[in-house]
Amino acid sequence: MNIQDKIRQQLSSDRIVLYMKGTPQFPQCGFSAKAAQMLGACGAKFTSYDILSDPEMRQGLKEYSHWPTFPQLYVNGELVGGCDIMIELYQKGELQKLVTRAQG
Amino acid sequence: MMQPEDIKQMIETGLPGARVSVTGDGHHFEAEVVAREFAGKGMLQRHQLVYRTLGTKMGNEIHALSLRTLAPDE
Repeated sequence: MNIQDKIRQQLSSDRIVLYMKGTPQFPQCGFSAKAAQMLGACGAKFTSYDILSDPEMRQGLKEYSHWPTFPQLYVNGELVGGCDIMIELYQKGELQKLVTRAQG
Repeated sequence: MMQPEDIKQMIETGLPGARVSVTGDGHHFEAEVVAREFAGKGMLQRHQLVYRTLGTKMGNEIHALSLRTLAPDE
């Protein structure tokens, strides 16, 4: 399976997916830490992948999404955005709604 | 090392007419971009428009860029 197929498969198996640096327990970057925290605060059950341990996945995702940085949040297979966008949605209460809808 | 001025120039070249201000320490940057291209677009597409102007620098030399994107009338 090539990397693009692998990404598609990961995104179709879970509704909320966070590609990040490190893990929610041991994040390796402040922005990734913040992203995982916000999802936790919204009660999201999400799957996370550590892109630092998988350089091929890291590069593949940049091409898949035309989005060059991490974290990257996907809900129902669609890119929501990175940390800035998540903060903005979170402050407006929209991240919570997105999570609730996805898990509903 | 990238300077805030380099990033400002790249965004201005890619989005002609945009008003851009950038601050940063050489690795982490913050930018505010006001561009008419943003009108009617969501945040995701706005950020993608800015990222496109920075090409492969984004995510490599530029480790992180916090973006605030506004259309002229916002």
